Amino acid sequence: MRAPDLIRFARDAATGNPLRTGLLVLAMAIGVAAVVVLTALGDGARRYVLNQFSAIGSNLVIVLPGRSQTGGFNPGNAITNTPRDLTVDDAQALQRASAVHRVAPLAIGTSEISVGGKLREVMVAGTTAEFIDVRRLQLAQGRFLPAGDWRRGASEAVIGAKIRDEMFGRAEALGQLVRVGDRRVRIVGVLATTGQGLGMNTDELVIVPVSLAQAMFNSNTLFRILVEANGREAIEPAKAQVTDILRLRHEGELDVTIITQDAVLATFDRLLGALTLGVAGIAAISLAVAGILVMNVMLVSVAQRTAEIGLLKALGATAATIRNAFLAESAMLSLAGAVLGFVLGQAGAAIIRQLYPVFPAFPPDWAVLAALGTALGTGVLFGVLPARRAARLEPVRALAKR
Amino acid sequence: MAAPLIELAGIERVFQLGDSEVHALHRLDVRIDAGEYVAVMGPSGSGKSTLLNLLGLLDRPNAGTYRLEGRDVTTLSAVEQARVRSERIGFVFQSFHLVPRLTAAENIALPMILAGLPPTRRAERVARALRDYGLENRADHRPDQLSGGQRQRVAIARATIMQPALLLADEPTGNLDRATGDEVVRLLEALNDQGMTLIVVTHDGGLGARARRQLLMEDGCPRHDRRRDETDGSPATCALPT
Ligand SMILES: Nc1ncnc2c1ncn2[C@@H]1O[C@H](COP(=O)(O)OP(=O)(O)OP(=O)(O)O)[C@@H](O)[C@H]1O
Ligand SMILES: [Mg+2]
Repeated sequence: MRAPDLIRFARDAATGNPLRTGLLVLAMAIGVAAVVVLTALGDGARRYVLNQFSAIGSNLVIVLPGRSQTGGFNPGNAITNTPRDLTVDDAQALQRASAVHRVAPLAIGTSEISVGGKLREVMVAGTTAEFIDVRRLQLAQGRFLPAGDWRRGASEAVIGAKIRDEMFGRAEALGQLVRVGDRRVRIVGVLATTGQGLGMNTDELVIVPVSLAQAMFNSNTLFRILVEANGREAIEPAKAQVTDILRLRHEGELDVTIITQDAVLATFDRLLGALTLGVAGIAAISLAVAGILVMNVMLVSVAQRTAEIGLLKALGATAATIRNAFLAESAMLSLAGAVLGFVLGQAGAAIIRQLYPVFPAFPPDWAVLAALGTALGTGVLFGVLPARRAARLEPVRALAKR
Repeated sequence: MAAPLIELAGIERVFQLGDSEVHALHRLDVRIDAGEYVAVMGPSGSGKSTLLNLLGLLDRPNAGTYRLEGRDVTTLSAVEQARVRSERIGFVFQSFHLVPRLTAAENIALPMILAGLPPTRRAERVARALRDYGLENRADHRPDQLSGGQRQRVAIARATIMQPALLLADEPTGNLDRATGDEVVRLLEALNDQGMTLIVVTHDGGLGARARRQLLMEDGCPRHDRRRDETDGSPATCALPT
């Protein structure tokens, strides 16, 4: 039998029983669609987190006060239980390191902002002019904090877009005097909207000079020091230099935690990659179920078409021809199911992207290929048994059965 | 003298039914020459269909040899037997056995498709067959849209499309009324006139009488093997059960 004839014969046999064929294709399609959609979700989550991290800025080395809990037991910690403060002077000292491009100190606290009778609780960030570049923020209006002596900042503030809207409505915000805590500050700039992001939401932030914030919160310690290395390759040297400088400044004791963005990213990448793989595995089970369904339906089909098989043998079909016809049919059904499932899955992922535009729900290529491959593989694999049973039927018995 | 088309010698076909054995064919010796027209008759259960299935290589005997065109076909492999069925043997069944999802033309083309003939040759032959059997207007109809007689004509067209040497028909008129049955028989006889060997199983005495040779089966043996030009039948070719 010629290949095109074989394919046409198998196709006619499949379409000759639309209900059976439809159910099979649907089962296979659901399996493939499940893999595509679920891996799109898993990989979307991974990408979302990675994007959010890169949005914070790039080539960052972040200094936190205190030893990391995961760093293991440190006898130095046991003696001096309260770590030394991380100070503005520490931050300034880091600027001298050769691998460091920029440094921005960050002090954080909550306070209230009030203007014209309106009152609202806000997050106040004390920092310096470098912050806007290190964090890759955009201004909508005005200017950012001016460069200058870090210890003598002016009474100026830059506010987030949402604060601006809530406190001023349609009125002009630039140049206005507002109360933040017990201080009066002048608004010199408004940040552009960034939307909800990982970590702090700059839309609801009030940024003031670091000296002002520390005075406001009556504290000397910093929440973070953000260090931007000279480039990607400079991240590790920068980390080493920062470590050396801080250890020196803290009397030989390293009582800070220094993390690089890369390390955090890699951890999340691994974690969410494993999650995607796990989810894909679970979805693949539905493909195996579909495969077993293919086998059963094909076995029933062989039983129903016994007389036809006998006839084909009487007309000169060899066992191989019969086997190939049935294999072609189950392969075709699986292929149709896989393609339909692929389309459904992609459509599902597209709908998710429509509903949640910030969420990059794209199925990874490997998952799509694996799903299609598994669908075809199971279809053919589970089609072998029915096909062989059909091929082995004795023509006279097969014909006698009505 | 040339070798006969069919030569059966010492054929045994035993079916196991629980504890008992059924001898569907017993010590059967039959020779049929090319171009003969044989009617196989006899009571129900006498082994007529079993004989036809053996002749058509749909079944294998438990013992004995079957020579077709001088070649021992009982020892052939399954693939070789399929090839013989494809090229040398045509089947017509009582219940037509058309593939319900295929059209008349597609059903007729089926043996050529299975044999791997190129589509152009197939189309040509199907067109001729449709014309020969008066089915031109029914080419695209499915079996359930055809009358019984038309269905059997499709089946005959299909059985002869590969131009076999041997045409086997198991009660081809069994599901048809008298007039349609006669029409089908005339078609078969016309094929025989063109030289095709025709073996018909029938219950109908009138129909059987039209054949030039009658093989009367009883309990797995031909009890009478009579040619029309002979006054009386030849003696039974196997011992009667005692
Ligand atoms: N597959 C089988 N298994 C068991 N016994 C069988 C089988 N096929 C045929 N037989 C037996 O063999 C004998 C001959 O059967 P066969 O079908 O050849 O009869 P027949 O002459 O064609 O009868 P009918 O005129 O009713 O068609 C019967 O006794 C039948 O029961
Ligand atoms: Mg019979």
